[in-house]
Amino acid sequence: MSNAVSAMNGASFKGSVTIKDTGLQGMITLRGDFKSAVVAKALKTATGTAMPETGQILHSAKGSAAWMSPDELLLLVDYTKVDAIIAKLDKALSGEHALVINVSDARAMFEIKGAATRDILAKGSPADMSKEGLPVGVMRRSRLGQLAVAFWMDDEKTAHMVCFRSVGEHVFMWLKNASEKGSLPKYYT
Amino acid sequence: MSTRLQSGGRLIDRTKQIEFNWNGKRLNGFQGDTLASALLANDQMLMGRSFKYHRPRGVVAAGPEEPNALMGTGEDGRFEPNQRATTTEIYQGLKSHSQNHWPSLEFDVGAINTKLSRFFPAGFYYKTFMAPSFAWKHVFEPIIRKSAGLGKAPTHKDEDSYEYFYAHVDVVVAGGGIAGLQAALTAGQAGATVLLMEQAVDYGGRAITDGVTIGGKPAAAWIKSTLAALKKLPNVQMRTRMMAAGVYDHGYLLGYERLTDHMGPSDGPRQRLWRIRAKRIVTATGAIERPLSFAGNDIPGVMLAGAVRDYIADYGVSVGDRTVVVTNNDDGYRTAIALHEAGLNVPCIIDPRGDLDGELPAKAIALGIRVENKSAIGKVKGGKRVEAVTLCAQAGEGATLEEIKCDAVAMSGGWSPVVHLWSHCGGKLNWDADTAMFRPDPARPPLGADGTGFVIATGTANGHLDAAAALKDGHAAGMTAAKEVGYKPARAAAPLAASEREAAMMPVWSMPQGASYELKSKTFLDYQNDVKVSDVRLAAQEGYESVEHTKRYTTLGMATDQGKLSNINGLAVLADSLNADIPNVGTTTFRPPYHPISLGSIAGDAHNELFKPIRKTPMHQWIDENGGDWEPVADWRRPYCYKQGSESVEDAVTREILNTRENCGLLDASTLGKIIVKGPDAGKFLDMMYTNMMSTLKVGHCRYGLMCSENGFLSDDGVVARLDENTFLCHTTSGGSDRIHAHMEEWLQTEWWDWKVYTANTTEQYAQIAVVGPNARKVLEKLGGMDVSAEALPFMTFKDGELGGIKARPYRISFSGELSYEIAVPASQGQAFWDMCMEAGKEFGIQPYGTECLHVMRAEKGFIMIGDETDGTVIPQDLGLNWAISKKKEDFLGKRGQQRSHMTDPNRWKLVGLKTVDPAKVIPDGAYAVDGTMRENGMHNMIGRVTSTYFSPTLNHSIAMGLVLNGPDRMGEVIDFPTIGGESIKAEICDPVFLDKEGARQNV
Amino acid sequence: MLLLNCPCCGIDADETELEAGGEAHITRHGAGASDDDFETYMFMRKNPKGVHFERWRHAYGCGKWFHAARCTMTLEVFGTYSAQTLEPPKALINKIKKKRPDWEGFVK
Repeated sequence: MSNAVSAMNGASFKGSVTIKDTGLQGMITLRGDFKSAVVAKALKTATGTAMPETGQILHSAKGSAAWMSPDELLLLVDYTKVDAIIAKLDKALSGEHALVINVSDARAMFEIKGAATRDILAKGSPADMSKEGLPVGVMRRSRLGQLAVAFWMDDEKTAHMVCFRSVGEHVFMWLKNASEKGSLPKYYT
Repeated sequence: MSTRLQSGGRLIDRTKQIEFNWNGKRLNGFQGDTLASALLANDQMLMGRSFKYHRPRGVVAAGPEEPNALMGTGEDGRFEPNQRATTTEIYQGLKSHSQNHWPSLEFDVGAINTKLSRFFPAGFYYKTFMAPSFAWKHVFEPIIRKSAGLGKAPTHKDEDSYEYFYAHVDVVVAGGGIAGLQAALTAGQAGATVLLMEQAVDYGGRAITDGVTIGGKPAAAWIKSTLAALKKLPNVQMRTRMMAAGVYDHGYLLGYERLTDHMGPSDGPRQRLWRIRAKRIVTATGAIERPLSFAGNDIPGVMLAGAVRDYIADYGVSVGDRTVVVTNNDDGYRTAIALHEAGLNVPCIIDPRGDLDGELPAKAIALGIRVENKSAIGKVKGGKRVEAVTLCAQAGEGATLEEIKCDAVAMSGGWSPVVHLWSHCGGKLNWDADTAMFRPDPARPPLGADGTGFVIATGTANGHLDAAAALKDGHAAGMTAAKEVGYKPARAAAPLAASEREAAMMPVWSMPQGASYELKSKTFLDYQNDVKVSDVRLAAQEGYESVEHTKRYTTLGMATDQGKLSNINGLAVLADSLNADIPNVGTTTFRPPYHPISLGSIAGDAHNELFKPIRKTPMHQWIDENGGDWEPVADWRRPYCYKQGSESVEDAVTREILNTRENCGLLDASTLGKIIVKGPDAGKFLDMMYTNMMSTLKVGHCRYGLMCSENGFLSDDGVVARLDENTFLCHTTSGGSDRIHAHMEEWLQTEWWDWKVYTANTTEQYAQIAVVGPNARKVLEKLGGMDVSAEALPFMTFKDGELGGIKARPYRISFSGELSYEIAVPASQGQAFWDMCMEAGKEFGIQPYGTECLHVMRAEKGFIMIGDETDGTVIPQDLGLNWAISKKKEDFLGKRGQQRSHMTDPNRWKLVGLKTVDPAKVIPDGAYAVDGTMRENGMHNMIGRVTSTYFSPTLNHSIAMGLVLNGPDRMGEVIDFPTIGGESIKAEICDPVFLDKEGARQNV
Repeated sequence: MLLLNCPCCGIDADETELEAGGEAHITRHGAGASDDDFETYMFMRKNPKGVHFERWRHAYGCGKWFHAARCTMTLEVFGTYSAQTLEPPKALINKIKKKRPDWEGFVK
């Protein structure tokens, strides 16, 4: 996989916040019954996390599990381990009605870092970007400008954003434009 | 003359001189000046020409309600027409000019219209340009177009940038006067998140200029301490130069923040459009002064009384040496006093009222100013500047008692609360006869999502013209808003404001009472649109009884100021003409925005490269660098062809087709949708989704399928592969991936929610690369890693494996009729795999090919293309695809629809091939076939149309497909396709499969 | 610009995150249906002035469909609820009846 490249191939930009393509990221879509103990157990082995509550993202040393919808999770794991984890999940869920699928290459992921992070995201998303509206640990699927994205705050200064790979360049340009000189709204900062 | 006073002007900084350019002249002003105040300081009272009569017009107001002083500002990419001089702050190097005149502001040829004004009454356009019909297009419209319009539209692309900002707050306070400040403070101290916005550069509204005291101190001191208290609250945000532009459903509010307009070109966005969700909106938007209706009230130098004292207090500008004040209320006296205190002359205060027992008239009289009660202005004399007024009795018809020389007139007809924001989303108004104003009816507010009112009008905007009442009301509004959003404000009394006690005003809609027609036809209601009292009376006479009709007939209130000054006066005249009460005549609808906002701000950041997101495949950059000639395919970009050197597009396409048919072609097919459908009921579900049977597909095999809407119309097609017993992968068209995925989810979530099926859109997980042509297998064999032989991987099957060290899933499917592998590899390795194919294929003549080559090759094979052969009205049966419609299945989406009588009509046009008689002639796209018979209306009867048409280099012949009446039964018949040039192209109806009907080329 | 609470993910979703799906609780009539039934299913909609039940999809959010009960005149939202049901929840119907005594009630 030495010839694998992420959507923006690690590009970065420093404006009022720093934007970075985080590179190859293992991502797995898991659809199934969240109430099933088998699914919860399989998830635990895959990401080391419990089953996230509605709208939550949980992290462990092994990976993260984000709530995408009442029957869909996005698992974030090491890119090189995706196939092995999927094989394990498939095995563990063989008796369940569930879907496990690799979406690592279907997405682009960005890190947005800086005190103005909430200000920058609030230029494009109708979501409430206040601390109360988007606390650390919440996964928010929304819009950024004209595109569907999902984002969460890792801490008060850092957000991660996931979008489709084909529009990774647009999202990167959008974030870059939003953090250009002279454009900080200073609403949350 | 108007001039800068020796001192005063709280908004200007006299140490900072600003040079700006107006109508080619270099003028000076001070930092903090508006264009209007700076022009007045330079004795430039004439600032524009009116719309219809080109009458000379001066500035009337000092705020956003200004109807006359509209300017073009900036140049080229930063030019903007119709900017109010009263809200445009000057900056070093600002370029501006007046509008609507030719050849110059001082001498305007169009002013002849005013002499002809009796030929331009209300409804003039409607009456004059009715007939003859040709005249409108060829005579009237060109002339009107030339003379119409205020400013000129910009001719350059906007060089500025703009952005949005989304905010969620408990309480928005619109307006930073004393009521707004108090409301924000009360709500903020209670704990609510508050966003306070003020359209002007500073807070306080009129309180400072009007000498209000709060808690015994001047208003300025209270404002300063209140701002300090607000700044300390972390839950309160304040912005100046930000206007609440519109209130919409469910607490949605647009805020228009002007970031750099006062500085000229700067870093960052020029304006920011705030899209706010507020639980409660407090509108503390103040009031706008009304003009009085007397003859000549539009002559430059006639201004609103409040504006006259604003220019003195805010900018240290005197609008005239001798100013007559005419007022029907006590507030107008403040202007007379302010003028007097500034050392200027007030020859007379003219007041139609009888008793003048308020504190302010007493003060004016004590200062020695002459006051005439029961009086009116008969008419204003002057052309481009006020020269004198005639004094007459208000009760009479205007007989001149005396002529008073003056160079300015300050008029006050009372105040109208700014109820726009209250009304935008349905808030209702009550007529208050005592103060002659419409004020918000608290019992009928605009309703939010929970059915309760979400707008609270307060202060002057709520009809409280008295400072004490306004401040108290602001406090109450803050309490109410905080409580309604869930906070418990501490009980505290509002601070006490005080101003002079004012006596009742007297509604005066015509001055003098019995003004003659001659006077009324020089009495302007709507300055910008030149609507006069006589026009509204005429409209009423002609039967326009509804205010909405009168508005459109006379254009009253339809100018860019949207009737901010003219509304109430116009209504009153209409009511009087109709002999009705004002509330029974009603108001016109208030529509957002309150004040014009720029189109740039509405577009936000969606311009230049961010205009529209473009989807790019993993090979996008390579294609771009290797001659790819882009075309949009849904939101994707795909190469139409790859141009080599100076090759033309046509030559490139021909080369690509021949090379693919003879050697090998490489296609980026990544844009095709790839949807995973999994579960015990997946087969059953796909049997409903597709017209053909998918549940019987064997694992490892592929099947072409059709999808229809419930109406029966073809909506998408693609190859379905069965990955395992429970899992299918459905290919969709490039434009269809999101739509079809959403379509599947809709049925699963809303109709068959008990079926055990999960879907996932994995379109972008894979780069899909088609290796096509007689040498395709050789290329893949050279890459190595898995057996791709005919035996191991027969036609219409797939296998998981590895090619060139990359995990790959080749599908043996063909859209070209050639030996073909569509290989799905992880998107991250798409470019690497593409490079390998190009390298390995070198010796086999591999060349990339684009979408046009794809299209021609599929047309040669008679394969349909969604969007070409289909247009939303075509069913599979029309396309001869009956073989793909299951007869065994009980039901599928579209089955019932396809049984409707219109769908089974034997006369539906059906798909056939079309071979032109002249092999070199290509039928134009979309051409219709005719049979020579005519309809009653003189049009040809049409018997078919072309859906795909190309020149086939493979066959060296023009080919086409089309839908033709009884087409399949007319093989060999020649039909005519008339073209735009008049020539008719003849084509023979034939089988749509032009090449290799047996499929020998692909099945090897 | 409506604001609807998505019952699937709990978010108060801005209208720009949503996709409208027309009237709710339409009965599908597929193969074998009479002409009248099929016509009703495909083309007949209530379009009431007042209480209305609609389908919405949280398109830019969790992607799920849900139902909303709304007044088409005042835009008051009485409630949102699961799309996996053939009729509105009883409690919601009672709530609407209280607020709109003249409402004819839910008619399928």
